[in-house]
Amino acid sequence: MLKRRIIPCLDIKNGRTVKGINFVNLRDAGDPVELAAEYAAQGADELVFLDITATIERRKTLAALVERIAGKINIPFTVGGGIESVGDVSLLIGAGADKITINSSAVRNPGLISEIASEFGSQCVVVAIDTRFADNEWIVYVDGGRTPTNLFTRDWARKAEELGAGEILLTSMNSDGTRDGFSITVTSDVSSIVNIPVIASGGAGTLEHFRDVFWNSSCSAALAASVFHFGEIGIRDLKEYLKKEGIAVRTC
Amino acid sequence: MIAIVKYNAGNIRSVQNAIARLGYESLITDDPEELRKASKVVFPGVGEASSAMNCLRRQGLDTVILSLEQPVLGICLGLQLLCSHSEENDTECLGVFDARVRLFPPVDKVPHMGWNNFLTLKGDLFRGVGIEEDVYFVHSYYPEISSATTATCDYILPFSAAMQRGNFYATQFHPEKSALTGDRILKNFLEL
Repeated sequence: MLKRRIIPCLDIKNGRTVKGINFVNLRDAGDPVELAAEYAAQGADELVFLDITATIERRKTLAALVERIAGKINIPFTVGGGIESVGDVSLLIGAGADKITINSSAVRNPGLISEIASEFGSQCVVVAIDTRFADNEWIVYVDGGRTPTNLFTRDWARKAEELGAGEILLTSMNSDGTRDGFSITVTSDVSSIVNIPVIASGGAGTLEHFRDVFWNSSCSAALAASVFHFGEIGIRDLKEYLKKEGIAVRTC
Repeated sequence: MIAIVKYNAGNIRSVQNAIARLGYESLITDDPEELRKASKVVFPGVGEASSAMNCLRRQGLDTVILSLEQPVLGICLGLQLLCSHSEENDTECLGVFDARVRLFPPVDKVPHMGWNNFLTLKGDLFRGVGIEEDVYFVHSYYPEISSATTATCDYILPFSAAMQRGNFYATQFHPEKSALTGDRILKNFLEL
C-alpha cells in the first residue's frame, strides 16, 4: 500500500536552518546537512529545503549545499526559493536535487511550470501555494505570503496540474506557525479536486494534528518544520503513533 | 569499475552518489568501450521514453546495452526502456524483457509517488529484504507483470516492481532513494 509521507522542511538562510513564525522572526535551528542526515535516519520520507534568502548571489551557495546534502542522504529531497528559470532548475537538479519547488515565479509566469516539466519531467515540479482564507475565500498569496493575488486557490491548483506540476505543496498561512493544526478544509478541498499528490503544510503542533489531516483529507503527505527541529515531535514517535491510529506510514 | 550509462535522462548523479555511499567507485560514461569493460553497468533514468530511446539510438547505445554480458541494473525509466514497448509516446523499447509499459488508469493519483511495499519478491537482488519493506517510487507508467517479473507492487493494480532476465536486472522503484532498504538492494547488485 502506498504510504502517507512525513516531510520535514528546512528553511535555509545563509547556509543555516531557520524557522519563521508567521513568515517573520527567524530563529536559528542548526546545520542543514546534519539535520537532513538525522531526519533520514529517523525515518523521514522526504525532505524539503527552502532557501529563504534566495538571491542571485546565493544561488551558487545553495547549489553547493545541495551537493553536500545529495552526497549524504538516501531519501528524496526538494529544493526551492527564488527559482525563476529553467537554468536555475538545471543548476539545482544538476547538484543532486530530486525535485524543485516554485511559488511566486509560477504565479507570475505559469508557463514556467510547463517549461520545467517538459525539460525535467513533471515528477520534479512541486508547485508551492501559499493560501489565506479572507473574505470567505481561499486566496493565493505570493512573495513569501506578503502579497495577495486575485487567484482562488482551487483554480490555481487545477491550473498548476494542467500545466504539468507533479505535486502541490499547500501552505495555509492562517495556520502556519500557530501550531493549532493543519487547515483541514482547504487541504481536503484541494486534494480532492486535483489528481496529483498534495502535501499539507502549516500548523503542525501535535501528533494528533498529523492524524487529523490524514484522516480528514486525501493529502499524500504532511510537512512541518519547527516541531521537528526543536525536537518536540520525533519522527519515529510520530510514525509509530500514526500507524497505531490506522494510517499507512513507512516505519524503519 | 562500475559504469553508469550517460544519456539524456535525469537522476544519474543520485545513482552515483548512492554507489559512492556504499563505498564503490563509478564512472558516468557513454563510451561503448568503457561500458563493455565495466564489471557492472547501471542504466538509470528519469525522463520521457521516446526522447530517451531516440537519444540511445543516436549514440548507438541501444546496441551496446543489448550486447552487455556483465550484470546490468536498469532503474525506473531504465527498466521501462528494457521492456518491449512503452505507451509513453508509443515507443518501441529495447525488448530485453517481454513486457509492455502502460499508463496508470486515473482512478487514483498519478504519478504513483512515494513509498510502497511489495506484494511478492524473489531473486538475488532482494536477499535480506522483506515484502513489508517500503521503497520509493515515482512513475506514471507501469511495467506489466511478465515471466521476467521478480517483484510486484500494488498501486491501482498489481505491476512489476522489479524484473530479471539473465544478466539484466531492473527496478521500477529508486533504490538510490530508498533509505536502508534501497542501500541493501543496491549492495546486493554490486556484490553479484
